[in-house]
Amino acid sequence: MNADISKQNGGSKSPFAVEIKNINKSFGSVHANHEISLNVSLGTIHGIIGENGAGKSTLMSILYGFYKPDSGEIKVHGKAAYFKQPLDALKLGIGMVHQHFMLVPNFTALENIVLGAEGKTGLNKGLQNARKKLEELKQAYGLEVELDSVTEDLPVGIQQRIEILKALYRGARVLILDEPTGVLTPQETDQLFEILLALKSEGVTILLITHKLHEVMAITDEVSVMRQGKMVGNTLTKHTTPEMLAEQMVGRSVLVNTKYELQSIGKVVLSVNKLGVVDKRGFDSLKNATFDLHAGEILGVAGIAGNGQSELLSVLSGITLPNAGSFKIEEYLFDAKKNPSPRLMRELGVSHVPEDRQAEGLVLQFQAFESVILGYENNQKLGSGFLTKPDNIQEYCSQLQESFDVRPQNPRLYSSQFSGGNQQKLVLSREISSVPKILLVGQPTRGVDIGAIEFIHETLINMRNSGCAILLVSVELEEILTLSDRILVINSGEIMGIVPRITATKSMLGKMMAGIPFEDAKEDKK
Amino acid sequence: MTDFWFQFLLALDSTLRVATPLIFCAMAGIFSERSGIIDISLEGKMLMAAFVAAAVAYGTGSPWIGAFAAITVSIIASLIHGFACIIHRGNQVISGLAINILASGLTVIIGIALFRQGGQTPTLPKTSRFNSLELPLADVFEKNIPILGVIYKELISGHNILVWAAIISVGITYYILFKTTFGLRLRAVGEKPEAIDSAGISVTKMRFQAIIIAGILCGLAGVYLSTATGAGFVKEMTAGKGYIALAAMIFGKWRPVPALFACLLFGFLEAVAARVQGVEIMLIGEISSDLLIALPYLLTVILLAGFIGGVTPPRAIGQPYIKER
Amino acid sequence: MQASRLPRYVDIVLIPILNLLTALFVAGIIIAIIGENPFTALSVMLKGAFVYKGGLGYTLFYTTNFIFTGLAVAVAFHAMLFNIGGEGQAAMGGLGIGLVALSLGGLLPILVVIFLAVLGSALFGAIWGIIPGYLQAKRGSHIVITTIMFNFIASAIMVWLLAGMLMAPNQMSPETVSFSDGVMLWQMHEIFNKMGFDIGRSPLNLSFVIALICCLFVWLLIWRTRLGYRIRATGFSLKASTYAGYRPEIIIIVTMAISGGLAGMMAVNEILGVQHRVILNFTSGYGFTGIAVALMGRNHPVGIIFASLLFGALFQGGAELDFEFQTITRDMVLMIQGLIILFSGALAYMFNPVLEKLFLRDDHLIGPKND
Repeated sequence: MNADISKQNGGSKSPFAVEIKNINKSFGSVHANHEISLNVSLGTIHGIIGENGAGKSTLMSILYGFYKPDSGEIKVHGKAAYFKQPLDALKLGIGMVHQHFMLVPNFTALENIVLGAEGKTGLNKGLQNARKKLEELKQAYGLEVELDSVTEDLPVGIQQRIEILKALYRGARVLILDEPTGVLTPQETDQLFEILLALKSEGVTILLITHKLHEVMAITDEVSVMRQGKMVGNTLTKHTTPEMLAEQMVGRSVLVNTKYELQSIGKVVLSVNKLGVVDKRGFDSLKNATFDLHAGEILGVAGIAGNGQSELLSVLSGITLPNAGSFKIEEYLFDAKKNPSPRLMRELGVSHVPEDRQAEGLVLQFQAFESVILGYENNQKLGSGFLTKPDNIQEYCSQLQESFDVRPQNPRLYSSQFSGGNQQKLVLSREISSVPKILLVGQPTRGVDIGAIEFIHETLINMRNSGCAILLVSVELEEILTLSDRILVINSGEIMGIVPRITATKSMLGKMMAGIPFEDAKEDKK
Repeated sequence: MTDFWFQFLLALDSTLRVATPLIFCAMAGIFSERSGIIDISLEGKMLMAAFVAAAVAYGTGSPWIGAFAAITVSIIASLIHGFACIIHRGNQVISGLAINILASGLTVIIGIALFRQGGQTPTLPKTSRFNSLELPLADVFEKNIPILGVIYKELISGHNILVWAAIISVGITYYILFKTTFGLRLRAVGEKPEAIDSAGISVTKMRFQAIIIAGILCGLAGVYLSTATGAGFVKEMTAGKGYIALAAMIFGKWRPVPALFACLLFGFLEAVAARVQGVEIMLIGEISSDLLIALPYLLTVILLAGFIGGVTPPRAIGQPYIKER
Repeated sequence: MQASRLPRYVDIVLIPILNLLTALFVAGIIIAIIGENPFTALSVMLKGAFVYKGGLGYTLFYTTNFIFTGLAVAVAFHAMLFNIGGEGQAAMGGLGIGLVALSLGGLLPILVVIFLAVLGSALFGAIWGIIPGYLQAKRGSHIVITTIMFNFIASAIMVWLLAGMLMAPNQMSPETVSFSDGVMLWQMHEIFNKMGFDIGRSPLNLSFVIALICCLFVWLLIWRTRLGYRIRATGFSLKASTYAGYRPEIIIIVTMAISGGLAGMMAVNEILGVQHRVILNFTSGYGFTGIAVALMGRNHPVGIIFASLLFGALFQGGAELDFEFQTITRDMVLMIQGLIILFSGALAYMFNPVLEKLFLRDDHLIGPKND
């Protein structure tokens, strides 16, 4: 009898499905995982939460064999494990359900599940055998999937079930789910949770990576919090509250930074009214957004990445078209019928520092002086008629590089050869030198060194002081709190509330970012 | 039996002959492109194979040894393509183009070096070729069974073994692609290589296997041209057939059976084109065989542009697979 | 066109030369295998291309063709479009010249007709580029496939017209009647004769000068105009182009128009410069050679001039092989062309790992790529 149990648990009596000890992993200068230790009890649902860039994904990639850790050890069911590739992890029963599914879109569910594990009996027989086994798995865990449907025709929730079945079919006893609810509707999320509970009751261990606090509270047995590459907390879920977790996630608040004097706010320059965006997959990525942006203020947009901030920037800068609602700049009203364009927005005095400076903000293969005119190559100072004047542009770039302290100060260097901070300064210098009335800024200091952060922050404040209206999107709550006059919190494409900086606290913002409306978040404030 | 009917039958018969190399190449294209490798070098591989088949068959007197050598060379061309695009992640179109142009030059140069006949091989005697197989009782049936007898004699009988091999290759391609584990993985690797990789299967290996099969099939097409339907190699004897096959493959939406029909359609157009020059047809007027020849290409462009139903090429086609690390 | 970490001179000088040498090395081996001396072949080719009287003229005549088709491929490459439709675009360019010359020749002053004919070649070539461009930009058809198909369609149209309604009466070959007197570009050897130099007879004509002007035009366009800027930005990064508001679809179509126009102008050299009538297959694969030229010339007009010169010399020198050798002919040039496309195109980065080891041993010259 004892032997039976130990067999079930992978040949050991360890109470833990997975033990991780002192894992370190660096990418260049970024220490993504720092001395991480974690024990995951057998047959539990274990949540791992943290902000974007906290190191959750890196840790999980190590666990399923994609990355090799620099140091540290992993035990699976009590036995030391060394993974060279994901297949090795799978052999020990660790299966990964990726955020971006690894499914062949035009295959049937069955084909996708069987792919790579067809057996040696020939495809037809293999598929038949698999079908039998899968019917059992479906029954056991309530994983309802029409096995003969073509994958791309299925809703995302079902595709996710295919991924789960795929892992289980290969014998996974530990299931890692990376942000599984990010792409799901609330109903699909509920169904997923039912499945996870069924899996748990059958002894499957589940690692749930998420940044949604209410999900952690709803379903996990135990929760670990990561921040800036470190493991900062580990408790039983019943012993904690969303507030405590939020605080651990964003860090205990130091003094509220009052370095930058609040300005008196000017007139409304941008008025957004019930703006809505539907993305390619048909999801409402921005819903019913309504707010005003004033001259001389920084309106910070706080939220966990992927909650509609990108879409907001993209619509207001004229890149994507709104599907509903409208926004107004001066007397110009833009809606689904009257399309804005990036060019028109620039003419109206709207500048845009994009979130992804390497893909959008710069052309990496361009020399610096070419990248600093992206979108502004029509400027008459930089050429005449059809022609551009490279000498003028280089001169202009030198000036920008000097006043923005871009190093190395060489207009002829390729954009890709600058460091992140200097790349960002290039973009910022370009967008600010047009003296915009409105400045849209996305993630201004992502991947930027500390010295540059200071500089960028001061630049933004100076812009504000000179009367520019700034919409600042950042996943760094610290940054939002440092710079903003008012803070708009967004969750799942919906605005949870707008809070003046003076009355805002981190835990309150954290709760709103996790989807708790302003009123409720406020009440808890002491 | 009216003359028209008989002419039509002959047109169908030559359709099969014209379509044979197209079918081989289209199947080759399906294997390669389904695995994610664009293959515009069908033409070049076929040309090289045609030359080698004729040269070796002439030297040894055996069409079989010629065929074996031709297939080997065609596979080598495939491997060069793979070396450039799979291992060195070179541009697949450029690599294919290079092979085509290389083939045009090499076949003639080596041809002249070996035979001094301006790039041709000497005419092959009947014994060094794949000859037509008259099926039994063809003449008896023709005399005794109305209509079907004629069809049997003119259309079914009298083809060489490679014509049948081409038709059979369609069935084999279909079977491999849709009924075997290998085929399942092959289709996956051209659609979503990450899925294959995460299942622990080597993308590189899958793609090499696919293009080797493509090499074999292109080799057979070349063998057919120079040692079955033709009696020796002639400079540039593929004359764009590789590209028509490419068009047929696209027209057949990268599926073996529809591609077969596209090959037959394109072959039929060519067969008809050879017969209708100057023929007046009621209402349409004089048909231009010159324009008829362009019809396959035009149809393919129209289809690709999504004007008649959509086509989706394999999603990962043309992109070298880079493991994200 | 991946970003390279190598010093610039390695990237734009050393690697192309290394690739070229590899191609020539392999060609040399093949020549040796078929029993000839590669060095003798080389010297015959060089003499034929540069030394014999008129040889240089022929070399530059071929060079002219390659400059046009090479520029066409290069312009499209800057927008990351692979235009392999140069053959078809050039053929249509010839048609454009023919239609102008045949319909207006004798009606308008000769210079006007010539000017319009040149324009006609560019226009017809451009149309043959715009359609695939449109299909790529708006309908998502793969431009490589469409341009291949358009080569064949153009060829069929040419056969149809030249063997049909445009065919000269009482003539057996598919070609038009000759253009009216004077509708042609001046021959270089005549111009030089008048100035008192004898450069030997060759088909080299004023098109060569037009080709050089086109080089200047392309250089200006790509590196000195706002449009060129947008083309390059779009080619490097669709996202950045969208962010900047350039409307990539429009850029693609415009780029293909320019590319097609340049390819079409190849016909000026062959048709207006030499044949003075439209003949069949005058493009002779020069459109494809343009790809090799652009690859070798790294899509820069100066590089393209050098690469065109190389191929011009290969073609002319290759013709000389026909006389001197029994075993190697100008088809050798095709083979070398194939090898060059292979080594400087598909395998362009084959040497990078080795070179990076050589040149970046103490890698402090160039800063880190990113954080």
